[in-house]
Amino acid sequence: MTKLTDLTIAEALKGLKNREFSAVELTKEYIGAMEEKRGLNAYVTETPEAALKQAEASDEKYRRGDNASLEGIPLGIKDLFCTRGVKSTACSRILDGFVPQYESTVTQKLLDAGACFLGKLNMDEFAMGGSNETSCFGPVVNPWSKDVKLVAGGSSGGSAAAVSAKMCAAATGTDTGGSIRQPSAFCGVTGIKPTYGRCSRYGIMAFASSLDQAGPIAKDVRDCALLLKVMSGYDVKDSTSANVDVPDFESFLGQTIKGLKIGVPAEYRPEGLNKEIASYWDKGLEMLKARGAEIVDISLPHTKYALPAYYIIAPAEASSNLARYDGLRYGLRVSGKHLDDMYINTRTEGFGKEVKRRIMIGTYVLSAGYYDAYYLKAQKVRRLIRDDFKKAFEKCDVILTPTSPVTAFPIGDKSMQENPINMYLNDIFTVSVSLAGLPAMSLPIGLSTDGLPLGLQVIGKPFDEAAVFKTASALEADAEFGRK
Amino acid sequence: MAVDQETVKRVAFLSRLKVDEDKIPATENEFNKILKWVEQLNEVDTDHVEPLVSVNENTLVCRDDVVNDGEMPDKILANAPQSEFGYFVVPKVVE
Repeated sequence: MTKLTDLTIAEALKGLKNREFSAVELTKEYIGAMEEKRGLNAYVTETPEAALKQAEASDEKYRRGDNASLEGIPLGIKDLFCTRGVKSTACSRILDGFVPQYESTVTQKLLDAGACFLGKLNMDEFAMGGSNETSCFGPVVNPWSKDVKLVAGGSSGGSAAAVSAKMCAAATGTDTGGSIRQPSAFCGVTGIKPTYGRCSRYGIMAFASSLDQAGPIAKDVRDCALLLKVMSGYDVKDSTSANVDVPDFESFLGQTIKGLKIGVPAEYRPEGLNKEIASYWDKGLEMLKARGAEIVDISLPHTKYALPAYYIIAPAEASSNLARYDGLRYGLRVSGKHLDDMYINTRTEGFGKEVKRRIMIGTYVLSAGYYDAYYLKAQKVRRLIRDDFKKAFEKCDVILTPTSPVTAFPIGDKSMQENPINMYLNDIFTVSVSLAGLPAMSLPIGLSTDGLPLGLQVIGKPFDEAAVFKTASALEADAEFGRK
Repeated sequence: MAVDQETVKRVAFLSRLKVDEDKIPATENEFNKILKWVEQLNEVDTDHVEPLVSVNENTLVCRDDVVNDGEMPDKILANAPQSEFGYFVVPKVVE
């Protein structure tokens, strides 16, 4: 018999509507899984009572027949989202004990749609990291690990691991340089970073404001479509929120891709690219070709410069955003003789190593005398990267690439601990997309010979998630990836 | 552009972070490694390129200049490490 936790959201909604099981029963199963798999360290705060209360209300709504679009679906929420009355920490000691008095727009929309929240999910501290190892609550264990404990990816590592291990029906994530897509690839689940501006950033703790975007991580492409529809939409509380129509993303699934032009960037196949990853990429292209899509060679000449530009822009914005953590109004306060001492003591104790590193780099590149050489230069290169995509999209409708140059690696990997640049290089296929603000989805395409999931990334034009969903649903159908 | 130990100390203070004396050489070293890596950008000709501040092309919207929120001192102070009489309490600033 299939367990209720095996069901996708679409399947669960059908069962709930037909009264095959109740929202309380569904939620209880997920709570059981959440408790049973605590060893993965995916959740940092569990809220089973609140979830059950919401589920009871959902069952009542089903009885009355006024159920909303995600009524009774148990979700996990990345700890970067402010949730009213529930501790929200960004997995940083500096937000020790912080209980928001308000709800982020995205989570409010999910609550309004009838979803219930099982708890808050682990992540890299302030979303800065690619392995979930910078969390003050410790790393998340990838559910696909065998003898050696592997990372779940980052920064939304808790979200991807919880979805993969069926500890929630789906989860929210955020993506600044690959933080939805890379952990999705590492854990064999599906995640989409929508176009910048699609989802409101209100109530999401800011890392790099010109790059941060929320999105869903789910069991399959359809569930991503269902969730993204709810999470998207214009919000006056976010000045960069886009006032554009939100289409019914689900309607694009299964549509024909005949004649669709699939771009393949030459720069994404560097010398020495992992052979298995390259071969699954080719396989993906073959699948699309067999369905009548046309494969087009494209060039994104400034690809090489995306990482260095990102590692100037993101820390610069972070240093400015994280200036607010001063020990005065919320979170940790470590006393000091005078005001400056208190700031310094609080921030030195409250922030972890990687966050401090980025704050200092960001402060340096923004400081007098260096601003033009670093920050302005990086913003100019950012335009060139964006223009590369603009030009490429004159020749194609979507772009297909691998999500990550590697599969999940062991927790505590020495080369990455010793040299942060080695960790940064893992974002090579995802950061350009972030700098250009484009929508991109990662979906699992197969397993490596070591039995670890590999992901492909489908990139679309701004606000053309439609083409991304169309392409991803075709790949998903052909890949027949066996979920965990 | 390489940074020296003085710069590390200055940047740490600007960031309101403390770097222990014995960690300064290692921090300097790490800083220079990262800066050297990002300086690859100097290979790119950006002479006639405008900086891209935001990918968002719509202009910022202005709202009516009216009060639309407030009257919630309890909520504002709910997370304060220290508060008194409806205010945040900070260490003594003026001697």
